[in-house]
Amino acid sequence: MAYARARRVLPGFGLSLGFTLAYLSLIVLIPLSAVFIKTAGMGWEHFLNAAMSPRVVASYKLSFGASLLAAAINVVFGLLLAWGLVRYTFPGKKLVDALIDLPFALPTAVAGISLTALYAKNGWVGQYLEPFGIQVAFTPLGILVALVFIGLPFIVRTVQPILEDLDAEFEEAAASLGATRLQTFRRVVFPSLLPALLTGFALAFARAVGEYGSVIFIAGNIPMVSEITPLMIITKLEQYDYEGATAVASVMLVFSFILLLIINGLQAWTSRRSGREV
Amino acid sequence: MAGAATTFAPNSGSATRFESNVATRDRRWVKIAVLSIGLTYFALFLLLPLVAVFVEAFRKGWETYFAALVEPDALSAIKLTLIAAAISVPLNLVFGVSAAWAIAKFDFPGKHLLITFIDLPFSVSPVVAGLIYVLIFGAQGWIGPWLSEHDIRVIFAVPGIVLATVFVTFPFVARELIPLMQAQGKDEEEAAVTLGASGWQTFWRVTIPNIKWALLYGVILCNARAMGEFGAVSVVSGHIRGETNTMPLHVEILYNEYQFAAAFAVASLLALLALVTLAIKTYIEWRAGLSNSVETSS
Repeated sequence: MAYARARRVLPGFGLSLGFTLAYLSLIVLIPLSAVFIKTAGMGWEHFLNAAMSPRVVASYKLSFGASLLAAAINVVFGLLLAWGLVRYTFPGKKLVDALIDLPFALPTAVAGISLTALYAKNGWVGQYLEPFGIQVAFTPLGILVALVFIGLPFIVRTVQPILEDLDAEFEEAAASLGATRLQTFRRVVFPSLLPALLTGFALAFARAVGEYGSVIFIAGNIPMVSEITPLMIITKLEQYDYEGATAVASVMLVFSFILLLIINGLQAWTSRRSGREV
Repeated sequence: MAGAATTFAPNSGSATRFESNVATRDRRWVKIAVLSIGLTYFALFLLLPLVAVFVEAFRKGWETYFAALVEPDALSAIKLTLIAAAISVPLNLVFGVSAAWAIAKFDFPGKHLLITFIDLPFSVSPVVAGLIYVLIFGAQGWIGPWLSEHDIRVIFAVPGIVLATVFVTFPFVARELIPLMQAQGKDEEEAAVTLGASGWQTFWRVTIPNIKWALLYGVILCNARAMGEFGAVSVVSGHIRGETNTMPLHVEILYNEYQFAAAFAVASLLALLALVTLAIKTYIEWRAGLSNSVETSS
């Protein structure tokens, strides 16, 4: 220790690290640990009753299912958009590029009421779907629409920089060896994009599972049909069932932590593949 | 880094280099197909919701619009939103700079774990973020009874709203600064200190000019989230009109009371905030891209 200290030229190590650790503990770590401490104290049976009741399990299925599907849809269309933004010139491109981040900047409640207005029976989009018997607002389909909205920038923004940095030489080599564009894309471009696509998928998925504001207005919130897991926590809190809310929260937290580890692994893989921080 | 919102990465690429190269140029019909599908998707899922906010807000005319904004409950919601942001953004700014200084300028064990912990709030559901403070400060929480004995209210009051906002915006500044300052290393600071500058002089004259764009970038994203947070604040607010309602919560109340025009009027202010945020963000990327290209060319 003494040796390490003697070699430090810059001041402020103790102050900055001390403040960082204290602030992190007070704001994040201690409060989060409250969930696990409370869960640990409630007993196994009580925990199962709260976190595994049919209504809550239905919400897990819906939240995870809709989030997976939304992330998958965004992988396809996000890749198309990223490709268009990096590879082509077209009018209005700067504006499109800037607005891709809208879901990060637009408050979720605003997105929620706006999407509901659009996809309601008499809404701009909803009125054209109604004749086909497709109802979006107040059904699980509405949840999917909201999750697609909030997830899109995650895919575009993880794929875009990788696509920018992709060396044209590889595609030139493939072309000169007689490959068609489609073959080049499948065999050369796509494999180098794969880590970024998976990272974007995981990020969008993680965000979607915990999302509340944009979903809650369009979901309709019908028990067993269109209730998402974060809503179950709110519902239990409103009934002063703090233990039940905590039990569901602990399930969500454990899941988030596992996903965080997977994302960290994927990002390490992406930067190894591309030689660039993401 | 995990849970990424958007990271500061000024892009320098231009599509013309791909379009002028035979090997990387796509056929015309491919370009048309990719762009029309991609842009339709963009218009349907991003552009339309944005436009709808403003159209719905003005549906009943300018008078209803302004009446909804100057109504006392709306004004107090705006005020509370500004207070929450004015406290949480500076706190997380100081934290972000301090964390980045410790992580980028020094070596210590457990650094990776610390970075992961800093990112943690991004992967926690906003609802859970609100819940954790209820578990500590709520009536049945760890220190809830002590607080009520001393007549201090945290949950269903302004301090709870501020705490929840601090939690959800916690990583924004730190995550912009850490990778940048790690990449910049510590040579310049060490040179300054060796030449006799004090620690703070080095920080203000050497470090800050090097990180100013990323810092600003983190601050505006942090601010946008602080003003727009809904889920976490909703759990700790108690929805007391005129007292513990932030703008997003006020939007919810109006919407649930079927006052759609008023709800969208308040929502349009938040949408405007989002647009300003994106404009500043684009400007910063452009400026930083400019100074980057100057540095690499000189």
